[in-house]
Amino acid sequence: MKVDTLHDSQEQPKTRNLVLTVMLVAGVPLLFIGFVIIQQFGDAYRTKITDHLTALVRKHSRTIDNFLSDRLGDIRVLARSHPVEVLADQVFLTKKLAILREEYGGVFVDLGLIDPNGVQQAYSGPFNLAKADYAGAVWFSETQQSQYYISDVFTGLRGSPHFIVVVKIPWKDQGWILRATVDFNAFNDLVSNIRIGTTGIAFIINRAGELQTKPQIEVDSLSGPHRNFLNTHLEFDTVLIEENPDAFGRDLIFAVTPLNNGRWILIFQQEVSDAFATWNTTKMIAVLLFIFWAAIVALFTYFMSRRMTLRIEEVIIQKDKMSDQVVEAGRLASIGELAAGIAHEINNPVAIMVEEAGWIQDLLAEDEPATPDNLTEIERATAQIKTQGGRCKEITHKLLSFARKTDPTIKQIDLNEMVQDMITLVDQKTRYANVQMETQLDPDLPPIWASATELQQVLLNLLNNSVDAMDSSGGNIHISTQLSDGHIMLKIADSGMGIAEANLARIFDPFYTTKPVGQGTGLGLSICYGIIKKLGGNIQAQSTKGKGTTFTISLPMAKDKLGGVDSDDHSASESQ
Amino acid sequence: MAYRSSTLVPPSVLLVDDEASFVETLSKRIAKRDLKVSTAFSGPEALEKLKSGGGASNFDVVILDVKMPGMDGLETLAAIKLKHPNVEVIMLTGHATVESAIEGMKAGAFDYLMKPCDIDLLLAKIDRAVVKKREHEEKILQAKAQMIVLKRGF
Repeated sequence: MKVDTLHDSQEQPKTRNLVLTVMLVAGVPLLFIGFVIIQQFGDAYRTKITDHLTALVRKHSRTIDNFLSDRLGDIRVLARSHPVEVLADQVFLTKKLAILREEYGGVFVDLGLIDPNGVQQAYSGPFNLAKADYAGAVWFSETQQSQYYISDVFTGLRGSPHFIVVVKIPWKDQGWILRATVDFNAFNDLVSNIRIGTTGIAFIINRAGELQTKPQIEVDSLSGPHRNFLNTHLEFDTVLIEENPDAFGRDLIFAVTPLNNGRWILIFQQEVSDAFATWNTTKMIAVLLFIFWAAIVALFTYFMSRRMTLRIEEVIIQKDKMSDQVVEAGRLASIGELAAGIAHEINNPVAIMVEEAGWIQDLLAEDEPATPDNLTEIERATAQIKTQGGRCKEITHKLLSFARKTDPTIKQIDLNEMVQDMITLVDQKTRYANVQMETQLDPDLPPIWASATELQQVLLNLLNNSVDAMDSSGGNIHISTQLSDGHIMLKIADSGMGIAEANLARIFDPFYTTKPVGQGTGLGLSICYGIIKKLGGNIQAQSTKGKGTTFTISLPMAKDKLGGVDSDDHSASESQ
Repeated sequence: MAYRSSTLVPPSVLLVDDEASFVETLSKRIAKRDLKVSTAFSGPEALEKLKSGGGASNFDVVILDVKMPGMDGLETLAAIKLKHPNVEVIMLTGHATVESAIEGMKAGAFDYLMKPCDIDLLLAKIDRAVVKKREHEEKILQAKAQMIVLKRGF
């Protein structure tokens, strides 16, 4: 870990972002799965409904067709088993009708025999229709074309809805007709009993769209959506399922099948919402469950991430505090290193002052102290004391300017000037270590934006390290500044012992030190690294064991105050 | 301000420090107390003066600053003890270099003093160093005399 991470203004996670992320990560797949399942379930349900309707309608259509063909069969049996002469007998017909009614529960209303001219020659039934003339009736002309005929429902001569079953009897090259009336109600019940849900009803229409049964719910037979099927070719024994909206905008599902050899159509209709009621309920429950879940997750993640965010913020604050302390500790350590040199540096002028004062005392202690020679000597001594006092003052000021608490304020700084200042600060140390300082400073160096105390610390640390890298025979330190590729480069090259390649990668790690216990904190370079990174710069070390080490720092040029890299960085971190 | 030495012959002192002002003033004060004083501003210069005898007589005591550029006090001490084992050395040290002074004592220095130092204390130490040196020389003389006597067979 490098110390710069302690300094970096880490983007603090926002609760809202966290919640959104969790919701997205958890919600999208669930929504997708839910959608797919609902869709699949819907398809399955639709298939089920369709199958159900198909089966229902087919069953009923068969029943109805069977009913019709059975009735037709009855009449055909009757027609073929007796010659016209017998059938023309009123009493015979009445007897037969009685048997039919007995067998089929009043399905047959009446029986009649019609001659080829359309006049009813014999009749048995509740109406007085003997000798009725059917020459003009539709069914009469229809029957001339085919052997059998089942009419549409019509009111006819008797004034109540009914339909007739007709069988042609060829006799003496002429077509006689046996006609039976089927009770409308008995037939109607077959259809109107088909009921599903609250809106599912069945009815029969002919190809003209006229109702053949009486639906339980009023159906607009002339303009309803079922009229779409009037001209549709319908396969026998197949059911067509279709959805169409009616005049009121309600979606209706239709199950349609042909009847009576395609002349009639059995229509089952139901409102889609009714047919899919269970499906809609399921969908509703699913949606409600999803909303409920989303609310729970949102609430949960909100509180979780709020707690997390607060915790992280706390940690960041603690870390910042700690890294500040680390920097401060490192600074104090470098001051400590300086102190030894400085103490000696102060001690020398102090010693001189003490000796000069002692010398003056010596002179004053003479029996005749006021000789011109003595006075000159005293004058010289006091001047010397003053000079040495000035020296002390200079040293203490230099130290104080460094020892002040770290001021992270970013200011415009002349790097060359700072290098010179730092060289004078370590001057004593280098002199006693027999180290020669050389500088090669680019006079046209543009200013940089940095915290003066922090940059001082970097320079001091590097210079101290360079001096410490020398053995007692000394060496030299070469400091150069230059502008290169828009970056300000500072190189500090020493001719010290160098760093082993294995250690070179670790030198910026905190607490890494090769100095004996108690002499190095191992923080110096890691702090330098942190400070330089914070300034948007870079620090690198190259070293050859036994030849020396070169530290290269590159710093961004100062831009105008607002666009400054560092002020940007700071304002960004504060606004987080 | 007469210096009451415990020895009859006034001690001869060599003062070594890189601070010229300090050396000059302190040498004046020591000279005022009737000691013979020479000065040197670096280790090599001191060794040179010791070698050439520094004038009339050999030096009794070298007052040596620990911290000097170039050849430092400890190196100088080692060189002195190698070539002039009889010369006593008093180390002068700042606060931060007491450890070096102790090193020096181990390497044969007579004593050490912290700068800035009291002149009387310095003189007392010089005196004791000189006494020690003279006694030491006396013993050597006696031993030599005895050797001669033994050789002659008295």
